[in-house]
Amino acid sequence: MKLKKNIPLIDQHDRFGFWGGKFGGSFIPETLKKPVEDLTIEFEKLRKNKNFIRKKDFYFKNYIGSPTSFIKLENLSNHLGGAQIWAKVVSEANGGAHKIYNATVHALICKAMGKKYIIGDTGAGYAGKMLSMAAKKFGLKCKIFMGAKDIKRQKPNCDAIRKNGAEIIPVYSGSQTLVDAVSECMRYWVSNCDNTHMCVGSTVGPNIFVKICGWSTSQISRELKTQIKKEFKKFPKKLKLINCVGGGSSAYGFWSEFIDYDKRHIELIGVEAGGPRKSKLHAAPLSRNAKIGILHGAASYVCQSSEGQINETESISAGLDYPGVSPIHCFLKDIKRARYTYATDEAALNAYQMVTKFEKLNPSLEPSHAFAESIRIAPKLSKNTVIIVNSCGDAKKDRDILKERLGKY
Amino acid sequence: MKNSLINRSFEKAKRENRPALITYTVAGDNTKKKSLEILKSISNYADICELGFPHNTPIADGGQIQTSAYRAIKNGIKINDVFSIASKFKKAKKDKPIILMGYYNMIYQFNENKFISKCKRSKIDGLIVVDLPFPENKIFASKCKKNNINFIQLISPTTSKLRLKKIIKNSHDMIYYISMLSTTGGKLKVSPKKIIQEYKRIKNYNEFKNVVIGFGITEKTIKSLKKADGLVVGSAICKEITRSIKKRQNTVTNVTNVVKKLKNKIK
Repeated sequence: MKLKKNIPLIDQHDRFGFWGGKFGGSFIPETLKKPVEDLTIEFEKLRKNKNFIRKKDFYFKNYIGSPTSFIKLENLSNHLGGAQIWAKVVSEANGGAHKIYNATVHALICKAMGKKYIIGDTGAGYAGKMLSMAAKKFGLKCKIFMGAKDIKRQKPNCDAIRKNGAEIIPVYSGSQTLVDAVSECMRYWVSNCDNTHMCVGSTVGPNIFVKICGWSTSQISRELKTQIKKEFKKFPKKLKLINCVGGGSSAYGFWSEFIDYDKRHIELIGVEAGGPRKSKLHAAPLSRNAKIGILHGAASYVCQSSEGQINETESISAGLDYPGVSPIHCFLKDIKRARYTYATDEAALNAYQMVTKFEKLNPSLEPSHAFAESIRIAPKLSKNTVIIVNSCGDAKKDRDILKERLGKY
Repeated sequence: MKNSLINRSFEKAKRENRPALITYTVAGDNTKKKSLEILKSISNYADICELGFPHNTPIADGGQIQTSAYRAIKNGIKINDVFSIASKFKKAKKDKPIILMGYYNMIYQFNENKFISKCKRSKIDGLIVVDLPFPENKIFASKCKKNNINFIQLISPTTSKLRLKKIIKNSHDMIYYISMLSTTGGKLKVSPKKIIQEYKRIKNYNEFKNVVIGFGITEKTIKSLKKADGLVVGSAICKEITRSIKKRQNTVTNVTNVVKKLKNKIK
């Protein structure tokens, strides 16, 4: 297993769609073979089409709002001592999170394919909110599948989805979270693939969905590369890019331009959801050594029993509360290009409090996991080390949880 | 696999001028003991029995089969139990083919080779793996064939002509045609006439392959699809198990009655 230079990681798979020969693929029912193949052909065509790229760039700039800012967290850095901490404030993007990139691209593809209906899954509600926004913008009918537990805990985003005219389909099976939402969304697609386009909300699912999502979010690292050059004149000698990892779409987007660099120069750190400190449950397949399994059409590290039943997960962060993870991150873990760790619910909450105390930044519980790791390591690092955290979501959606856990929001 | 039990079952049905009746139940629904009893009893009327190994993230199954699967898992079913149910069934009913059906992750975790040899020891006649389509299933399918286990290929209304040819060429004794765009247990939303038309398209490529139709088949719709080599009923049976449990009635008797009625409709 080896990384190829100068080729986007999303394209480094074999003809069956596997990264490193074992992660990814397309484990799908026969009915979805054709729609997945159609989508694959269409996407490969569109990404080479100048008109389509122009359109995408136009909406990224004027609708999503690119670039999102890159700021130094001066007070937090001074308080901790050690490394400088910076943030890429992706939550400034229209809608408040990185999910808007993938949603916009999927809506454009849906339009290009002449389909009128679009469906998607959501955990934290951001993928759903963004898809409903994009659907509204491009005149598509939209259905969002969401676990009943998540509907309760992420109410602000649900309100937004409904306001955009999309229908939320509550999913009551299993743990009633993201994993069940994705399953139900796929089932709906099986039954309606003739007129409906499916958007998978992260870099998970059958190969083509990993690719489309990664292609979309990679905008983040393209912006960041320019911003780093502008800010530091040349690349800092020691750079650490820290990102939370649930499905892994924001982390891939944040890292994609930097994967070719030596890890001693640019270290990539992914932070998974460790769940409550006292619970055995978590959503950290990479950092807590889950075995490879097949979930939602792809092979990846999956929290599962020895029999192959998918485990329940637990995390304060709905967006990270998923038993699988992108095949791309499995690959990056195995070749040791990225390092994966986890933060507990409590650590994420502490990080949230500290960041909001020192900075004018309001990261949601997902990036708070990434901040937890940076707060942990920054004091031990030299002043010339630069840590950049992807603040990929805004905490407005976490209002109720934060009020309950911290007594205020 | 000329002389396979599956082939012989189709031949027998053909001699009786009717389609083969294929049932689907979930192993361990609602207990290990009961599911074996159900299997033994319904096989008096069914020609081939499909036994599902339950998975808790079944992306191609509708509500009825999901309910059955969750119930079986909750009651503690393990893969080895599935094999033991199948093997006990085969001891009692030597001539009835049994087909295991499930999702690839279970096989992957068990280990492909170990799974196949376990199938062989349990006298499993065939395998359906919902999320291992062609051509990804080529290696696994040929391993099955080497061990005299039928790997059953699926074909759907979305399958292209080119794929269709290749799949048929790579198929063994039985091909499963999915009647419509749906998960299991959906309402039949395509006319039986249209389904039979599609079915004939497959038969035209190779008339010697046994092609069965499944998805959306109930007591109401089964008669209209009589022309097929075989018909699969799953959700309607799982639904009856759920209903019987709710009403505290005997699942074995009730489910057997349903299968008996289905059989009568296609005689």
